[in-house]
Amino acid sequence: MDALLSEYLPILMFIGVAVGLGLVLMLSALIVAVRNPDPEKLSAYECGFNAFDDARMKFDVRFYLVAILFIIFDLEIAFLFPWAVAFGDMSMAAFWSMMVFLAVLTVGFAYEWKKGALEWE
Amino acid sequence: MSADLNIILPEILLSLFAMGALLGAVYTGKDKLALPILWATAGLFVAMAFWIGVSGDTDRMAFGGMFTDDAFSRFAKVTILLSAAAVLLLGQDYMTRNDMLKFEYPVLVTLAVVGMMTMVSAGDLMVLYMGLELQSLALYVVASMRRDNLRSTEAGLKYFVLGALSSGLLLYGASLTYGYAGTTNFAGIIAAAEGDISLGLLFGLVFMASGLAFKVSAAPFHMWTPDVYEGSPTPVTAFFATAPKVAAMGLFARVVHDAFGGVVADWQQIIALLAVASMFLGAIAAIGQTDIKRLMAYSSIAHMGFALMGLAAGTAAGVQGMLIYMAIYVTMNIGTFAFILSMRRDGRDVTDIAALNMLSKSHPTHALALLVLLFSLAGIPPMLGFFGKLYVLQAAVDAGLFWLAVLGVVASVIGAFYYLRLVYFMYFGTEGEPLDQAMPAIQWVAMVGCAAIMVLGIVNLFGIEGLAAAAAETLVR
Repeated sequence: MDALLSEYLPILMFIGVAVGLGLVLMLSALIVAVRNPDPEKLSAYECGFNAFDDARMKFDVRFYLVAILFIIFDLEIAFLFPWAVAFGDMSMAAFWSMMVFLAVLTVGFAYEWKKGALEWE
Repeated sequence: MSADLNIILPEILLSLFAMGALLGAVYTGKDKLALPILWATAGLFVAMAFWIGVSGDTDRMAFGGMFTDDAFSRFAKVTILLSAAAVLLLGQDYMTRNDMLKFEYPVLVTLAVVGMMTMVSAGDLMVLYMGLELQSLALYVVASMRRDNLRSTEAGLKYFVLGALSSGLLLYGASLTYGYAGTTNFAGIIAAAEGDISLGLLFGLVFMASGLAFKVSAAPFHMWTPDVYEGSPTPVTAFFATAPKVAAMGLFARVVHDAFGGVVADWQQIIALLAVASMFLGAIAAIGQTDIKRLMAYSSIAHMGFALMGLAAGTAAGVQGMLIYMAIYVTMNIGTFAFILSMRRDGRDVTDIAALNMLSKSHPTHALALLVLLFSLAGIPPMLGFFGKLYVLQAAVDAGLFWLAVLGVVASVIGAFYYLRLVYFMYFGTEGEPLDQAMPAIQWVAMVGCAAIMVLGIVNLFGIEGLAAAAAETLVR
């Protein structure tokens, strides 16, 4: 059991370093930096214009749709990368599994295309 | 490899059907094809159930133990497929009438059913999670199918957020289990969890049990159930109350027996606690409900408590009782929801229980069938529901959980009150506006058929006793 756990030691150290470093950087800005706020500095930066209106406006729901559709294909890449890296020593079953996965994904893509999810209007 | 694929052939065929139907419909008639697809789906489910039911009686493993095909999974799959087919056909009239029958509905139900079949066959934590997510994602979408309806979207969102939370709990437990057992395979976990289990593995078990309790809507993880049941379209509610419950209970049984079968004493107390909390919460909270869908939600929580009681026994008899209980529960719910789906006044759907007032006068047959179903839900002899309770109580007593059985009987008596109140409304209530006369033939057949099963089944339970015993035997070794 201990041998198994010690295999994960690098990850634990990595997390420790990541959290520690992140905290140090944020806290140092809080402690060391000189702060001298005035209204101009605190106002929203709009390329030299005054801000037109509040940033918290209503959002078109279609942005969500595009974002979600993007994420599906984004995640697909996350599967393809390790598959491609190990391509050399892979069995035929592994190759065809990925082909089937891509085919299933294509079915979804064809559906969303025909359904009109990709059209803005 | 081809032998492995052969074992998961039913799942593959259903997935291919779902994809084919999706593409076929979107490129041709779209929603005009919804009704044929729905009938085809239901037909396919019945054919699959028959095929799985008669195919072989050997226990097979696929993909190095990741996927199990044994008597237990076959029993659960047949129950899931038949109930899903029944619910699809029952809801068809309601959906057409409310102009919400889209061709995606049967496709999503098919995908959910594939997920459920994978769940009850899982032999590995990863397959478990994959099946669970496939089922859940499809169900989140069908819950919010009426997307211009505030209630329905709320139900979908609530279900999604809480479902994601429970998946997170489950995944956390699974990763702890993997960390301490060194494998995700159930066969490996049971070898690591022999005798005295380490604290980490125990934490993994507790987290996974919490995640699964969410899915079976056992108290104290039940809070999503009433809102989702009430907000979803009624055919979808009927679906939620049947097949997914069987799948989640099957998965629960698989995890505790296949992966943690060596440490019964450790999970027995957790499941017994879940059972007691669910039975009492379901029995007491349902008393104040006026909406019949909410009432059915609490009723299903209480029923899950009883099914968990069978599981808590930790014996083959307990699993057998649980399976019989689930089969009876599903039948009762199909019958009751067949009636709820037909509840209309002046062409508009009603779900208020006051609509049942003096049903016996306007619809004597409906009232009688519903009376039988409600008596059965309450567990009053000689209806079949009583025998379901008897099996799990017997298993609990035999396993030495006498206190659990006593609490179960007490909760059952409390719960009987609100079922009997509905019966009181039907036969001695105040005169009100009657419900519409028409009831589609399918719903009528389902309601009267299920009511008849509740009475006729007491002869020999239609032989499911032996099948459930064989199924339990393969799980508990």
